[in-house]
Amino acid sequence: MPVKNKKLNLKDKYQYLTRDMAWEPSYQKKEDIFPNESFEGIKITDWSQWEDPFRLTMDAYWKYQAEKEKKLYAIFDAFAQNNGHQNISDARYVNALKLFLTGVSPLEHAAFQGYARVGRDFSGAGARVACQMQAIDELRHSQTQQHAMSHYNKHFNGLHDAAHMHDRVWFLSVPKSFFDDARTAGPFEFLTAISFSFEYVLTNLLFVPFMSGAAYNGDMATVTFGFSAQSDEARHMTLGLEVIKFILEQHEDNVPIVQRWIDKWFWRGFRLLSLVGMMMDYMLPNRVMSWAEAWEVYYEQNGGALFKDLERYGIRPPKYQDVANDAKNHVSHQAWATFYQYGHATNFHTWMPEKDELDWLSQKYPETFDKYYRPRFEYWAKEHPEGRRFYNNTLPQLCQVCQIPTIFTEKDDPTVLSHRQIVHEGERYHFCSDGCCDIFKDEPEKYVQAWLPVHQIYQGNCEGGDVETVVSKYYHINIGEDNFEYIGSPDHKRWLSIKGKQSDDKESGSSQDAA
Amino acid sequence: MSIEIKTNSVEPIRQTYGHIARRFGDKPASRYQEASYDLEAKTNFHYRPLWDSEHGLNDPNRTAIRMEDWYAVTDPRQFYYGAYVGNRAKMQEAAETSFGFCEKRNLLGRLPEETQKQLLRLLVPLRHVELGANMNNSKAAGDATATTVAQMHIYQAMDRLGIGQYLSRIALMIDGSTGTSLDESKGYWMDDALWQPMRKLVEDTLVMQDWFELSLVQNVLMDGLLYPLVYEKMDQWLGEQDAEDVSMLTEFMRDWYKESLRWTNAMMKAVAGDSEANRELLQTWIDHWEPRVYDALKPLAEASTGVEALDETRAQLATRLKKFGLNSQGVSA
Repeated sequence: MPVKNKKLNLKDKYQYLTRDMAWEPSYQKKEDIFPNESFEGIKITDWSQWEDPFRLTMDAYWKYQAEKEKKLYAIFDAFAQNNGHQNISDARYVNALKLFLTGVSPLEHAAFQGYARVGRDFSGAGARVACQMQAIDELRHSQTQQHAMSHYNKHFNGLHDAAHMHDRVWFLSVPKSFFDDARTAGPFEFLTAISFSFEYVLTNLLFVPFMSGAAYNGDMATVTFGFSAQSDEARHMTLGLEVIKFILEQHEDNVPIVQRWIDKWFWRGFRLLSLVGMMMDYMLPNRVMSWAEAWEVYYEQNGGALFKDLERYGIRPPKYQDVANDAKNHVSHQAWATFYQYGHATNFHTWMPEKDELDWLSQKYPETFDKYYRPRFEYWAKEHPEGRRFYNNTLPQLCQVCQIPTIFTEKDDPTVLSHRQIVHEGERYHFCSDGCCDIFKDEPEKYVQAWLPVHQIYQGNCEGGDVETVVSKYYHINIGEDNFEYIGSPDHKRWLSIKGKQSDDKESGSSQDAA
Repeated sequence: MSIEIKTNSVEPIRQTYGHIARRFGDKPASRYQEASYDLEAKTNFHYRPLWDSEHGLNDPNRTAIRMEDWYAVTDPRQFYYGAYVGNRAKMQEAAETSFGFCEKRNLLGRLPEETQKQLLRLLVPLRHVELGANMNNSKAAGDATATTVAQMHIYQAMDRLGIGQYLSRIALMIDGSTGTSLDESKGYWMDDALWQPMRKLVEDTLVMQDWFELSLVQNVLMDGLLYPLVYEKMDQWLGEQDAEDVSMLTEFMRDWYKESLRWTNAMMKAVAGDSEANRELLQTWIDHWEPRVYDALKPLAEASTGVEALDETRAQLATRLKKFGLNSQGVSA
């Protein structure tokens, strides 16, 4: 505490207005009040060393946030009143929103719950307060996203049941299991996973691409939300960095634990980002930048500088970073090819890129696209008008950890699928990579519990044994409206009529021959 | 004559999200509805928490209260985040004016030393109670399984942090922003016999597991006796001790408490009314905790307003609980 009889500086004043309200308990044991603080093995010797990552008293918080909300909702109202959905680049763009609302928005809500919890768990009041502010911010994002997409939901399909789908649909178990994994971990791992790996290291590759995509594609509602959330995100990022530095500075025994978490959450984050890579390269009619470019700038350069900075704590860059760096030229194409084949079981449409789009991909991926992906995509594009739009009617093998179908290829040979398996207590488990396999081996008792959508369908836990019943009854995907090929879909037809064009019925004839 | 702007009208294909339509029909929904219903994950959780292997994520069994549908508990204020911060921004603006006024005229610095000491001993230590309330509500927000319920608790948590900060600023005004008064006040909280039953009570709430029991104890029983006692009765009493200016600085708390009654009452009504089993459980908790809250506040009342004032607030609480078919001591007091 500072020298007395001198006016407090801002830092000390903020501490008086937050952590000084806490006290050393004497009627109850500290470990009973904060029972979750120690089981992970993280050693905190002195919470007073916690540096508040931002200094925001509640009165200022209410004031700033209310101003932001007022502006944001004025734009939402104007957007709805003027039917702003008619001004987007192309209706294919809305499919990125469908992916966002079902894949990302529920995570905002899970983050709210997770931060509310860790906002209670720490015995350091400074850290608790910072986490609580993030909790209520995440609630904000979860709710404003519902409001931002509300108008789109009235004019396009596939946005109508996001939370229900998030709990059930096969590919949505990828983001869901990611967050479930973090929320079921202890409080320090939760912060390493979400505040550091997710918010600090990867946010420019996750949240930002959707918002930039909105900006490039005339989506005023979503991009305004993005700008409005920016200062919240900046606060979350500073918390992420403070958390990691604080834990590492507290005790050298923390270093190997944190390193293991960084390895794990980097890899889990990287796998999750395959969905974003696909969105950036394939779902945006007006492209912002390629996934490979984004990865180079935001991970290889910025992440590289960050891990250089963390070297002094004994932290090295995440394990399998080389595999991830190499994969930047492949994952988006492999993911889109997969979703294209399984377009009968998604709440968004898929399509083959048009010629100028294929050329853009060839130019952005000179080493890989023409050699490995373009011929396949051109073949599928040719098949479609012949009445043979390709759908894959088998169910894929999922990775036990990231839950993505095992579609990725080996680092040194993109013609070989990457597949690992181990036997644990008499059961065989399958993985997409060494990264995911290692995560399993560290905590097998956790990952054997995974709710794998394909297994669940085959076990009869999804209201039916055939794909069509699962998709319509269990997923609430409206067949023929939400799913299948984009060309000829109701969304496509509606868009053409908005733009005053006739729909070409010849094109739509072949879209329903799946499942 | 009227002006007619021609717009390109387009018929929507649906009026709201499916999960909202299933509850309210496919008609235009309010912002509160779209922000509050059925957003949280309900099923197919992947892993069990390492910190609580007895329960799953979003597990309704984290409280012994059973609700057929927790979304039956709604907020009569219709607060979603935007509405909440908008409302609080207005309240803080009024509070800021009062604090600015007091500060400019040094109204607290000019109080007799004895009165200042009374404020530091009897009022400011409540900032610690507020921090306990902040923690308890953050726990409830994390454990509650419906967004309508969880969000009310996170708003409440942040409100309590804010109220603790307003109380702290009263001391900072007394000591000219040096922190000495806050140190003095914290000393009372830690060691003064007056506060020890209350500190023990707060610490006891911090080890409670059942989030609904906790919300009942914190937001209904503790607040239900403490807020009327401190911010009504003690406020009057402070006025009689020449500290009426402090009233300006606690106006936020009075307005806030009045408003908070709306959601806590709605919650109690919905939960107690849902089943006889719930009502009985609530009654058991009230029987256990209400006398403890009363005892914890007694020394504060004795040192200020007199115990009769506390008895009056106790009677008010009893009348309030009666509406939900619940009994507490104090009606005949």
